[in-house]
Amino acid sequence: MTDSSAKAGVAERVAGATPAPLARRIRGLSDKAIAWLFIAPTILLLLAINIFPLLWTIYLSFTNYKANRKAEIRWEGTEHYTDILSDPEIWHSMQVTAHFVFWTVAIETVIGFALAYLIDRRWRGHGFWTTVILIPMMLSPAVVGNFWKFLYQPQIGLFNYGVSFFTGIDPSSFQMIGDVSLAPWSIVIVDVWMWTPYVMLICLAGLRSIPDYIYEAAEVDRASTWRRFWSITLPMALPFIMLAVLFRGIENFKMFDLINLLTSGGPGSTTEVASITLKREAFESWKTGYSSALAIILFVAVFGLANIYVKALNRVKQR
Amino acid sequence: MRKLLTLATALSASALASAAFVNQSQAEELTLCWAAWDPANALVELSKDFTAESGTDMKFEFVPWTSYADRFLNELNSQGSLCDLIIGDSQWIGGSAENGHYVKLNDFFEAEGISMDDFLEPTVYGYSTWPKGTPNYWALPAMGDALGWVYRKDWFEKPELQAEFKEKYGRDLAPPKTWTELKDIAEFFQGRDVDGKTVYGAAIFTERGSEGITMGVTAALYAWGFEYETEPGTYAMEGAVNSADAVAALEFYKELYDCCTPPGYSDAYMQEGLDAFKSGQVAMMMNWFAFWPGMYKDENVGGDKIGFFVNPQEKVPASTLGGQGISVVAYSDKQDTALEYIKWFAKPEVQKKWAALGGVSTAKSVLLDPDFPNSAPYAADFLVAMGQVKDFWQEPAFAELMQAMQKRVHDYVVADQGTAQEALDKLIEDWTETFEDEGKL
Amino acid sequence: MSKTTAHSVVAPTPTARRVSGAIVILYALITMIPLAWIVMTSFKTPPDSIAYPPKVLFEPSLEGYCNLFTTRSRQTPEYLESLPAPEPGCDAIVRSRNMVIAGPSNVIPRFTNSIIIAFGSTFLAVFLGTITAYAFSRFKVPFADDILFFILSTRFMPPIAVAIPIFLMYRAIGLSDTHLGMILLYTAVNVSLAVWLLKGFIDEIPREYEEAAMIDGYSRLHAFVKVVLPQAATGIAATAIFCLIFAWNEYAFAVLLTSGTAQTMPPFIPFIIGEGGQDWPAVAAATTLFLIPIFVFTILLRKHLLRGITFGAVRK
Repeated sequence: MTDSSAKAGVAERVAGATPAPLARRIRGLSDKAIAWLFIAPTILLLLAINIFPLLWTIYLSFTNYKANRKAEIRWEGTEHYTDILSDPEIWHSMQVTAHFVFWTVAIETVIGFALAYLIDRRWRGHGFWTTVILIPMMLSPAVVGNFWKFLYQPQIGLFNYGVSFFTGIDPSSFQMIGDVSLAPWSIVIVDVWMWTPYVMLICLAGLRSIPDYIYEAAEVDRASTWRRFWSITLPMALPFIMLAVLFRGIENFKMFDLINLLTSGGPGSTTEVASITLKREAFESWKTGYSSALAIILFVAVFGLANIYVKALNRVKQR
Repeated sequence: MRKLLTLATALSASALASAAFVNQSQAEELTLCWAAWDPANALVELSKDFTAESGTDMKFEFVPWTSYADRFLNELNSQGSLCDLIIGDSQWIGGSAENGHYVKLNDFFEAEGISMDDFLEPTVYGYSTWPKGTPNYWALPAMGDALGWVYRKDWFEKPELQAEFKEKYGRDLAPPKTWTELKDIAEFFQGRDVDGKTVYGAAIFTERGSEGITMGVTAALYAWGFEYETEPGTYAMEGAVNSADAVAALEFYKELYDCCTPPGYSDAYMQEGLDAFKSGQVAMMMNWFAFWPGMYKDENVGGDKIGFFVNPQEKVPASTLGGQGISVVAYSDKQDTALEYIKWFAKPEVQKKWAALGGVSTAKSVLLDPDFPNSAPYAADFLVAMGQVKDFWQEPAFAELMQAMQKRVHDYVVADQGTAQEALDKLIEDWTETFEDEGKL
Repeated sequence: MSKTTAHSVVAPTPTARRVSGAIVILYALITMIPLAWIVMTSFKTPPDSIAYPPKVLFEPSLEGYCNLFTTRSRQTPEYLESLPAPEPGCDAIVRSRNMVIAGPSNVIPRFTNSIIIAFGSTFLAVFLGTITAYAFSRFKVPFADDILFFILSTRFMPPIAVAIPIFLMYRAIGLSDTHLGMILLYTAVNVSLAVWLLKGFIDEIPREYEEAAMIDGYSRLHAFVKVVLPQAATGIAATAIFCLIFAWNEYAFAVLLTSGTAQTMPPFIPFIIGEGGQDWPAVAAATTLFLIPIFVFTILLRKHLLRGITFGAVRK
C-alpha cells in the first residue's frame, strides 16, 4: 500500500524543512485541544443530522402529527406503538422482510463462499476475474433495480427468455414481478446478483487469513481434503463469514431502493418489506407520528444487530 | 493515486463552490410542474408563444404518472419552491387549499376579467373549487379529462370474427354498451390468434403504487351506481361503499382482470396500457381521453384502425374524472409572473391552439363550438363523458384515503386476498379511521 | 503487504485449478449479462428494444441517446412538412418518428447535481474523517470506543427512518431540495465510513515520523500536515472513492428530499419515459453514462475494496 523506501526518506526530508510561521503561531495548541478540535466537527455534524432528528422522531412518535396538515399536535402516548405491534399488516411486512433477508443472506453466503473457495485455488487470471465479479456490488441499486424491471418483463425481457431457452417453458407463461408466488423471489434474485460478490470478497479474505502451518499439520495427520475443509477451512473462515452475514442481514433489513424500483411492494403487499411500509405511511399517507413510531421500532431492531456487528468486527480485527 | 487525489480535491472544492451559486436563478424564468405525457409535451410547444410574448423563459418538470402524486405532494408538503406553476390533480385541491399550498385566484380572476362561466361546469367544479361547489377558486381548469375506452375497429370489423361472435353471443360484435358486454368481448378475444399474433381481451388499470387500480375499479363501481356516502356530506359510508352493487362491481373487475388481461398485467397504469395497445396485444384498452389525440395520430394503430367509446354503464351512466387545473404555488417567489402565465393561458385563442396541439381545453369557446363534436372521432364521446363524471374524495386527507383504497383493492383484485366484501368492509374501516383523525366523524 | 505465496501446502492440482477457474469465469460471465444488456439496449431503437424474442443482433442506433437529451412532441405529418428539413443527427432521427424536438431534457442539470453533491459531500466527509481519525489514532480520547461505535452506528439507521425528521428539519430551515442540504446529509452518512477507514490507514503510519519532525521543531499540526497527510494519501484517496460511490449511488434520501433543483441521477433515471411506458433505450443510455464512472472507480479501487466494505476491519 505505502512505498517503504519513500517512507524511510520522509523523516529526514521533513527534519530538514523549516517550520512555517503559521504553524509556529498555533504550536501553542496542546494535544488535548487538537484532539477535541479534530473530533468536534464530526460529532457536531452527526448530532445535527443524526441525533437531533432521532430525538425529534422519538417525540413525534408519541403524537398524532401529520406533516402535510396544519392541525394542532396532540399527545397520544404509546398508542402508535401498541397499534403497530398489534397490527397484522405490520407483522405481514415483517414476515416479508424476514423472507427476503433469510433467503438472500443464505444464498449469497453459499454462493459467495463457494466462489471464494474456487478463487482461492489461484488459477491464472484469478485477479482479473475477481475484479469483474465485484462490479455488480458497486452499482446503484436503484438504477440497476430499475433496469431489472425491464429484464423481468414477460415476453420482451431477457430473463424469461433465458429461462425459456434452458427449460423450454413459454416465456410469456410466467411473470416474475407480477405473480404473487414469484415476486418475492424476483427481488431475492436481483439482490443475490448484486451482493454475492460482497460475501465472496470477505470470505476470500477469511480463507487467506488461515496460516499455512495449520494445513501443514493436517498434512502430517494425513487428513482427507474433505476433512481438512470441515475441520480447518470452514471454522477458521467462520468469523469472516459471520461478518458478511451480519452486514448483509442489516443492509437487507433496511432494503428500500432496489425493491421500491422493482416491485414497489406489489403485487398487493407481497413484497412490501418494512422500509416500503414505512415510506408509504410516512411520505404517501403522511401519518408522520405513526410512521415515526414504526421508524423507532425498526431502528431499535437495527441498532441491536449493529451492536453485534461491531463486536464481530472487533473480533475479526484481532486476527 | 496521489495525482488523482489532488485532482479530486480540486474538483470537490469547485463542486462545493458551485453549489453555493447554482441555487440562484434568474428572475425571468418560470418552472411548471406536471406529469410526463403527450399533453405535457404539447404544452412545451404551446408555451413557446408565451416566451415569445413575455420574454419569460419556461422550464418544465415532468414526472411519470406513477410518481406524480407522490413526487409533487412531497414537493408541496416540503414547501419547496421548485414549481412556480403546478398542474395538480383534481383530488389534491382540498389539501392544497386548506394547507395553503396554492394561491387563491378569486381576486386575480376578478381583476383580469377571467370568468369561470367560460369553462365547462363539471371541470370548474372538479378542478378549481374548494370547498366543493363554492365560488372559491384555487386553479384554472387546464386539462379536461375523463376515463374512456379505445378498441381495435379493424379487428371488430373482420367478417369471420363478426360471424363467430354473433353465433356465440347472439348479437353483433360492436363497442360494448355495458360492462357485461365488455367482458364478453374481452373473453372472445382473449388468447385468440389475430393476424398471426396471440392477442388478449382488455388492458385495464391494475397499478398499485399511485392511483392506478383505484381509477380503474371506480370506473366499474360508478357504473354500478357506487356512492361514497349514504347521504352527501355525512361521511356515512356503511351501506354505500360496501353496498351489494359495489361488491358486485368489484367482483366483476376482478373477474375481468383474471380472465382477460395480457400476461404480466399486475401493475399496469396508463403507460403499460398504451404499450399493450400500441403493440397490438389487446382488443380494448381503458385509458384517459387525454391520450386519444396521440393515439389517433399513431403510425401503427392510429386512424381508421381504432374507435373509441365512453365508459360503459351497468346500472347508471358514469365516468371516472381525470384532468387537472393549473395553480400558482404559494411558496414560489415569482407569483406575479406565474399569474401572468395563467392570464395568458386563459385567453380563448390560446385555449384553441392548446386543443389543436394535443391538449384538452375545457373552455366553452372550444368545447361548445358547433364544429367540436366532429373535430375528432372521440370529441363527441368526450362531451358525453364530461357530462357524467364522478371523482374520488377530494378531501384534504386525500393521500391517505387513496393509499387505503389502493391497498384494499389491489390485495383483492391482483393478489387474490380475501373477498370483495371483506376488501370494501376493511376500506370503510380505514376511511373511518382517517375521518376520525380529521375530526369529521 | 500481500505476498502471493500459496498458503496451502497441498497445492491444488492443475485440473482442480482449471475447473475452479472455469466455474468462476462462467459465473462472472453470467453476472455480466445484465450489464451487457444495458449497454446493448442503449444502442437499440425503441421498437428493437421491446422486440419479441429479445434481439441480440440489431442495427445500432443513437436514438436512445437522442431521446435522453431531448424532450419531443408528436405532431401531424402536415405540420411536420411545414417545417424546414431536419438537420442530420438527432433532429433527423426524431423527425423520422413524426416528432419534433421541443427542447432539452433535464438530464444534464441532473447529472450536474450528481457531480456537485457527490464531490461536495466527499470532500467534506474526507476532510472531517481525516482529522477525526487522526485524533482517534494519536491521542487518548476519553470514551474513544464508545464514540467510535456511535459514529459507526449512525451508518446503520434505515434511511427512510432518518428521512422523516430530516424532511421536517430541512423544511423548517429551507434546505429542502438544495445542494447544500444534500451535501450535509451525505457528509453525515459518509463521515462514519471515512473515520473508520482512515483510522485504520493512519494507525499504520508509524508515530516515529511525526515525533521526529516534532523534535525538529515542528508543531503537532504542522507535522500532521507535512508528515501524516502525505503518508496517508493512498488511504485518503481510497476512502474518497468509497464516499464518492455512496453519494453517487444513493437513492432513498434523494427521492424523498429532492424534487428538481438538487435532484440527482438515481431518482431521475426511472423518470425517463417515452410516449408509452419507459423509453428503455433512453433509460439504458442514462444508466450506461451513469455507470461508467463506477466501472473506472471499481478498477482503481480493487486493492482496497475489501477494506472499504468492512469499515477497515479486514485489511488484506
